[in-house]
Amino acid sequence: MRVLIGLEVHVQLNKLKTKMFCGTPTSYQHAPPNTHVCPVCLGLPGAMPTINMKAVEAAVKVALALNAKVQENTMFYRKNYFYPDLPRGFQISQYDFPIGKDGYVIIDGDEGEKKVRIKRVHMEEDPGRLVHVGRIDKAKYTLIDYNRSGMPLLEIVTEPDMNSPKEARAFVSKLRTILEYLDVFDGSLEGAMRVDANVSIEGGSRVEIKNISSFRGVEKALAFEITRQKNLLRRGQQAKMETRHFDESQEITVSLRVKEEESDYRYFPEPDLPPMNLKGWTERIKAELPELPDARRERLIAQYGISVEHAKVLTGERVLADYFEKVASKTSPKLAATWIADVLKGELNYRDMRIEGCFSPENMVELLELLEKDLISDKAAVMIIRRMLDEGGRPKEIMEKEGLQKIKEDILPGVVESVIEENEKAVRDYLSGKREAINYLVGQVMKKVRGRADASKVYNLLERRLNEIDNN
Amino acid sequence: MIDENVVRHVAWLARIQLEEDELKKFIPQFTKILEYFSILDEVQEDVEPLYHVNELKNVFRDDEPEDPLPRDEILRNAPKKENGYFRGPRIV
Ligand SMILES: [Zn+2]
Repeated sequence: MRVLIGLEVHVQLNKLKTKMFCGTPTSYQHAPPNTHVCPVCLGLPGAMPTINMKAVEAAVKVALALNAKVQENTMFYRKNYFYPDLPRGFQISQYDFPIGKDGYVIIDGDEGEKKVRIKRVHMEEDPGRLVHVGRIDKAKYTLIDYNRSGMPLLEIVTEPDMNSPKEARAFVSKLRTILEYLDVFDGSLEGAMRVDANVSIEGGSRVEIKNISSFRGVEKALAFEITRQKNLLRRGQQAKMETRHFDESQEITVSLRVKEEESDYRYFPEPDLPPMNLKGWTERIKAELPELPDARRERLIAQYGISVEHAKVLTGERVLADYFEKVASKTSPKLAATWIADVLKGELNYRDMRIEGCFSPENMVELLELLEKDLISDKAAVMIIRRMLDEGGRPKEIMEKEGLQKIKEDILPGVVESVIEENEKAVRDYLSGKREAINYLVGQVMKKVRGRADASKVYNLLERRLNEIDNN
Repeated sequence: MIDENVVRHVAWLARIQLEEDELKKFIPQFTKILEYFSILDEVQEDVEPLYHVNELKNVFRDDEPEDPLPRDEILRNAPKKENGYFRGPRIV
């Protein structure tokens, strides 16, 4: 049974300083409710919106990065519906003439690379935030915080080109990467990206799942929904066309009451906002676009000779790729790729840390040098990475303090020999019968190998060698 | 065609509860309003649609922050509030 998934991803342009249509600061994260609100974003009668130009530029950037065609003539519409999070009774959004149309994103699909088509990219304003007291369908009343109201938002709509929850997740994570490369989006902020998913089993009706707000959530919600629909089919029933709400805490979807259909929204051009003509914008903004993940991946492979898999992991986050390039410029790129993509990334994930919170690239270089000089084993290097993440410190320091240097068994005889040569007096003492002098020599060997040898082994080696000298 | 179902649906969109006799009362009124719009049928098909009534284009604002309103002001007209939130009916 083929599964068809299309996504509508809402992305806050949260790197902007102000909201979409008013000068209210966007920095409402962790702020008390209703402290980042003005007459415009509260929808007071007579308050007039004006378009944040930087938001439109960011939208053009995103459209271009998603390979979409930027519409030279674009405008806002009113989408009319009543909901407590929408103080005006309508949302300023786009309808005909969205800013971007017909793009695509390449993702890692279940059967290799795959193109997910983007139907449209449009600008709109975020509604406020509703706080349900208890479960959404059981709450007695709703609390409303309009801090989020009017946040600049992009809606990115795909064609139903994904065939598994995993592919949907891959799309969302690729999208996040692209947005972060463009520097228009900080995905670590709560509510920065919300996903609505349309899912159907081929031949069945389409079910919309609203309110998915995490990467894991996308996969979970879809997996739950697909299982639900398949179970219905198994019992000879059909999933009915409806909208369901994803309950993140319980990882289930619940049916929502009837929702408006498109014609119910009575879209019409927003009379308070003049239309836009973006002639020349595409060329100007295209010239300023940064290197995007796919291009960077290709470059890293060509420039550093690293594997495709490593390049994928490293370019999955712009900051991670930056980190890699800083390290790779000062040491072996292949070694850097292995240790950053395979080890460091895993250790960060395990700690729920992002690369931003990691130790410096300089420390990574120092660690890789210890490995290259064969001073530490791989195991010791992992221990040092863990220690640096958990407690800080520098690789050499930790290596010495923790005695993590590698000692090769076969270098011990050489060290013993040099200690014997350098300590003639102690050797003479030993040979003349002061047997305890050997302890001093053992100490000297241990000092030279910085403690990374077995003292009894050193003792035996020394004793055998000294006896040979004695017999000659 | 305006019938009781259409009136009921429009009332739902407006979140207005109508009694049965009100539903009936609105049928001819809705019909009359809709008939008025039939004047648009006289427009030639090749006429470009008019989206805005003035010629303004590209009116933008810089991304410069301004002070929000104090919360007391924001909540001043709210009939119900709780801990700095507006309080509304449950929505599902
Ligand atoms: Zn505002």
